[in-house]
Amino acid sequence: MAEPTKGLTRAVADYRAIAAMWVRAALAYPASFWTMSLGSAAITGLDFVAIWLMFHTIDSLGGFGLAEIGLLYGATGLGLGVADLLIGSVERIGDHVRRGTLDAMMVRPVSLLVQVCADEFQPRRLARIAQTGLVFGWAATYVDWTVPRVLVAVEMVVAGSVIFFCLFVIFSCLQFWTSEASEFANAFTYGGNTVTQYPLTVFPKELVKSLTFLLPLAFVNWYPCLYLLGRDDPYGMPGWLRFASPVPAVLLCGVTALVWRRGVRHYTSTGS
Amino acid sequence: MSLIEVHNLERIFTVRKRSGRFRRTASEVRAVHDLSFQIDAGEMVGYIGPNGAGKSTTIKMLTGILVPTSGHLRVAGLDPSARRTDLARRIGVVFGQRTTLWWDLPLRDSFELLRKIYRVPPERFVHNLAEYVELLDLGDLLDTPVRQLSLGQRMRGDIAAALLHDPEILYLDEPTIGLDVISKGRLREFLRTLNRERGTTLLLTTHDLQDIEALCDRVIVIDHGTAVFDGPLSELQRGDGSSRTLVVDLVDEAPAIEVAGAVTRKVEGPRQWLSFPAHVSAAPIVAAVAASYDLADLSIHEPDIEDVILDLYSR
Repeated sequence: MAEPTKGLTRAVADYRAIAAMWVRAALAYPASFWTMSLGSAAITGLDFVAIWLMFHTIDSLGGFGLAEIGLLYGATGLGLGVADLLIGSVERIGDHVRRGTLDAMMVRPVSLLVQVCADEFQPRRLARIAQTGLVFGWAATYVDWTVPRVLVAVEMVVAGSVIFFCLFVIFSCLQFWTSEASEFANAFTYGGNTVTQYPLTVFPKELVKSLTFLLPLAFVNWYPCLYLLGRDDPYGMPGWLRFASPVPAVLLCGVTALVWRRGVRHYTSTGS
Repeated sequence: MSLIEVHNLERIFTVRKRSGRFRRTASEVRAVHDLSFQIDAGEMVGYIGPNGAGKSTTIKMLTGILVPTSGHLRVAGLDPSARRTDLARRIGVVFGQRTTLWWDLPLRDSFELLRKIYRVPPERFVHNLAEYVELLDLGDLLDTPVRQLSLGQRMRGDIAAALLHDPEILYLDEPTIGLDVISKGRLREFLRTLNRERGTTLLLTTHDLQDIEALCDRVIVIDHGTAVFDGPLSELQRGDGSSRTLVVDLVDEAPAIEVAGAVTRKVEGPRQWLSFPAHVSAAPIVAAVAASYDLADLSIHEPDIEDVILDLYSR
């Protein structure tokens, strides 16, 4: 047990050292940091403004009120935001392959995944967390909080971050094969975020099933939020799914490790 | 056991080419094959060869970036690709054409980060940094972002960065490419000092024969993926390839020039090519030619790697 724990402690320490340096670099230009941060907060915030404007003409969307949608929006936004802040740089694998910086990383005594994720760590990505956290906090005032609900909410945000983390890494790994595939990854990460900003009742059942069993984005907010809001599942899916978010998160971690290793092995065996 | 052991190393690349509209044909390229050599601790070895000979491929395999197709490879007793991160602590790598530093950060921050990720003990780091800053003259550059450094400054920064953790082996891939004569000289002096005082093993690839002359007791020549020569530089230079060429432009056309110590190889109108041994001074030959002929212009060409290799085959 000692070895893996030690490896993880090292990885975290290395990650923090690299990220801290980029934070210092970003804060060296405070004006640029703040305009960029406010800019990205405004852009992500527009999503919710659009939903809010919609509710001037409608009372419910897919059977859900504005506060309920705020909860869904906030939950998926927090999951994506945390993953994006911590490891969003992973989508630049293709750049590193093209520019040869990946070779430089490979001759350093730090896990390659840690280096790729921590590279150019951008504190301005906190903006998305702040903005979606605000919406989540507002929506949470409408929730009838109990101890189990608090626990499920925490579990939801943690599992959601892990799920987005995995999707970022898995789809970014495609760039080991074709270095132009970064947009493809965005379709699943940022795209997945956009889909889950709405109650899944607006989509056909087939899509909901896919988002449960294929690309488990429904676990990022939909199932746990049904529990927080005390609602029945409109599609009659089993009730235990509301507590099951850690299961797809853990499974995806396994898939991620596999895909990452295959990607690196492909690189070291082709050296393209 | 040697520090670096390479035995029957082979590396095959599969290259896919488009042939016709949809069809693709795959062909195999043997970048390195049947390559064997050993390097002991404290050696300074020049690894030379023409472009595409397999130099970079070899360095990538030695550092663990690339997995060999077959053969035996041990560096400091480790299999590089299987133990890449463990090996990284014990080696330093400088890629001449691109930096391993962080482009947007000042040198000082890059060094500080390297201290953390290599877990260099603080007093060791302070000592090493002070030494390299002095020897490589980095004092005024520490607060400049890497992207604003000139090529020579960046190279010095890269070399300091590769040495902060006291590596046993330093790989240098074209370290003097694009540097001016003074920078080259200082860099060579630094590398000699490093080898002498710390016993660091050096393996450098280069196109510049003078790098080899200044630094390496031993040369490995690679061509078409395999070692065609492994021995002291003096042995490599025995033949014609180590001759320099004096190109003379006369005012008028003249028959082949005859002077002591040089042989006229070629006459083309008023221009003549004279070759003389590389270790002999050009001055008396130039003086002798100038004394007997009207000169319009002259220049001296150093032998390059390609000449040496051509010569190697002609023996």
